[in-house]
Amino acid sequence: MSNSRTGTETRTMTSTGPRAESLRPSTGMLTVLRVGISRVGYETRMYFRTTDSVFFTFLFPFIMLAIFTAAFGSSGNIGTAPDGSGGISVGAYYLPGMLAAGMLLSGVQNLAVDIAGEKGDGTLKRLGGTPLSPLSYFIGKIGQVLVTGIFQAALLIGVAGVVLGIDLPTDPEKWLTFAWVFLFGVITSAFLGIALSALPRSGRSATAVVIPIVLILQFISGVYLQFYLLPDWMQNAASVFPLKWMAQGMRGVFLPDSFASLEQNGSWDFPLIALNLGFWLVVGLVLSRVTFRWIRKDA
Amino acid sequence: MELSPPVVRVRNLHKSYGDFEAIRGISFNIEAGETFALLGPNGAGKSTTIEILEGYRDRTSGEVSVLGVDPQRGGLGWKSRLGIVLQSTGESGNVTVTEQLTHFAGLYPRPRRVAEVIEAVGLESKAKTRISKLSGGQRRRVDVALGIIGRPELLFLDEPTTGFDPEARHQFWDLVRRLKAEGTTILLTTHYLDEAAQLGDRAGVINDGLLIDIGAIGEIGGADARVPLVRWREPSGELREKRTPEPARLVAELVAASGAEPADLEVIRPSLEDIYLGLVRGSRAPNDAAGVLADDTEVLA
Repeated sequence: MSNSRTGTETRTMTSTGPRAESLRPSTGMLTVLRVGISRVGYETRMYFRTTDSVFFTFLFPFIMLAIFTAAFGSSGNIGTAPDGSGGISVGAYYLPGMLAAGMLLSGVQNLAVDIAGEKGDGTLKRLGGTPLSPLSYFIGKIGQVLVTGIFQAALLIGVAGVVLGIDLPTDPEKWLTFAWVFLFGVITSAFLGIALSALPRSGRSATAVVIPIVLILQFISGVYLQFYLLPDWMQNAASVFPLKWMAQGMRGVFLPDSFASLEQNGSWDFPLIALNLGFWLVVGLVLSRVTFRWIRKDA
Repeated sequence: MELSPPVVRVRNLHKSYGDFEAIRGISFNIEAGETFALLGPNGAGKSTTIEILEGYRDRTSGEVSVLGVDPQRGGLGWKSRLGIVLQSTGESGNVTVTEQLTHFAGLYPRPRRVAEVIEAVGLESKAKTRISKLSGGQRRRVDVALGIIGRPELLFLDEPTTGFDPEARHQFWDLVRRLKAEGTTILLTTHYLDEAAQLGDRAGVINDGLLIDIGAIGEIGGADARVPLVRWREPSGELREKRTPEPARLVAELVAASGAEPADLEVIRPSLEDIYLGLVRGSRAPNDAAGVLADDTEVLA
């Protein structure tokens, strides 16, 4: 498609020009970083001003937790031993799943719908005409996911502890585990969201494409349904995808260790969690890098 | 040796989409400080051309240089010297005018002051309003503001005043004249020929992917196209018109011949719009493979 005949001409003209055509490395990375950080604030502000994202991404886990607690709260504790000890409330059982759902929604659903929309409404075309580096744009998006995800998780844990009276871990080691699973999971989700945004053909169809994927994952990955009750084949299918591992990691933090025996391998399998999330992080990164375009050229 | 090379240089530009040749060999220059109006019907290839210059589209063949750089290889430093006002977009606009301009100012190495730009586009009273709450014309002014916030050397204005009321359009013209006075080179496309006549130094007319004429605004279409037209009604009731370089003489002759004031007398000097329409229609020979674009002629007629 491109031609080679322009080469000589362009070179001569460029060399006489007062400015280099590419970003100079001396100011380059600093600018990319500075602009990226300024975009985190800009993107976060936009996020909270968009009713759809606040409701379907930010508040959704709260709503689901409230529904599960209200619907099943009266049917007694989960995982109670025959002697009546060791059980936990429905809310306590579902809290890890909702945290995992929040990580997935804040990353995958939020960014896939958001970026596909920006592609469709001309936002990206406008940005593509400015000296904004795609890297700064990514920093802004991932930063937004981190900020809103952390805010969401903190509120969710706060509500669980204060309103629902759920016992939270006191062991600092548990919170350290929480920190890495959460950060790893959210960043993986964010990259997968950027990658997935290439799939919808238009901004309008974005929710129709993205939400079923996210919803099915939540059902098979132990967010809404108790994972240990699912058939083996479904558990195995879910194990391919990252949500199952995020949920398992959160259960490992928030459920008593006695619940580990309900997991597929009878343990929390933290190394496997790290392995799976690492794999999907690389997949998301590569796909984001390969598929992202300011505009669909020559569409 | 030229003192300063052209800001835009296009040679034998071609662009095909599959079998369809949108641009069929266009060449032109835009000199530094010049305002160049690119005119043509919808679908003629204006937007394709401008998007190739902006770096949004890749050409099929030909040579293009914008600010000394091939747009297909233009990096961020190159983009920081451009200002691009696209045709209207449908962004969600959940930010205020000031927030949006402040953010965009941060992307450029030496931006204009935000308050100054808001004032220049006449949106002082809307500075703290979210863009989604603005009218179409006001949103368009934000587009223009975002195009000039980076103090561009070359400004692309693609149908900038669509949706403006007459007063806003005149304010916009003043703004463009000020940018021009500061030395900004401007590439303008517009469907308002009076706008092209007001702002342009030179114009190019594109039709069916070819540049059918190019020249100074006052000369485009050639001298023949500028011959005044005299129109009057004969005593018999027949409406007559005649092109003549000496309209006063013709009118005097008419008065002498009939001994009375001719009815419905008009002396018409072709406006840029008349000349443009003449060019566009004239370039459509019957054997021209322009069937695809037939609808656009209707729009213009």
